[in-house]
Amino acid sequence: MGETMNRLTKSMLAAAAVATALGGFVAPAYAQRDPAYAAARAAGQVGEKMDGYLGVVGSETPELKRIVNDINIKRRAVYSERAQANNATLEEYALTAGCQAILATKPGEKYQAPDGSWQTRGAGAPMRDPRCP
Amino acid sequence: MNHAKLTGRMAGATLAATALGGCITVNAPEEPIVIELNVNIRQEVIYRLAEDAGNTIEDNADIF
Repeated sequence: MGETMNRLTKSMLAAAAVATALGGFVAPAYAQRDPAYAAARAAGQVGEKMDGYLGVVGSETPELKRIVNDINIKRRAVYSERAQANNATLEEYALTAGCQAILATKPGEKYQAPDGSWQTRGAGAPMRDPRCP
Repeated sequence: MNHAKLTGRMAGATLAATALGGCITVNAPEEPIVIELNVNIRQEVIYRLAEDAGNTIEDNADIF
């Protein structure tokens, strides 16, 4: 009886350990976009600017401004940290991230072309600053 | 008497200043004024940072 309990406890502990380990794989650290941001992005109300920050496309509403400001404050903090780690300026790092963020846009999303105009990403490559890699 | 002389001198000084002011010439800058932002950022810097920036975007998918 005692031995059975001991065995049961052991197997339960093992199961818990396996679940914990699996949980680590199933739920990666990558966070998802806020639903309001994802919706605004998909609707083309916000777009990727050349300078590495998000911009409002078309008429600006308080809600869109709030979303964009929130994202841009967070981006700036990340850029600042990474720029320092790479001995670069905030502007240099942000511009480079802008190159990459525009490249990463999905068809239908908005991005800023080198002439400053808003463009809708098509199937082909986006129009980017000639300095972009 | 003295007052009139002083006023006359002051008027003369004002006239001279105005005349000198008209002589100041402003030269146009030799290089064209460029409005484009971040124009000083060089391509080699962007190439150096490109990989790190790409990883940053992947690691912070919630804000990109």
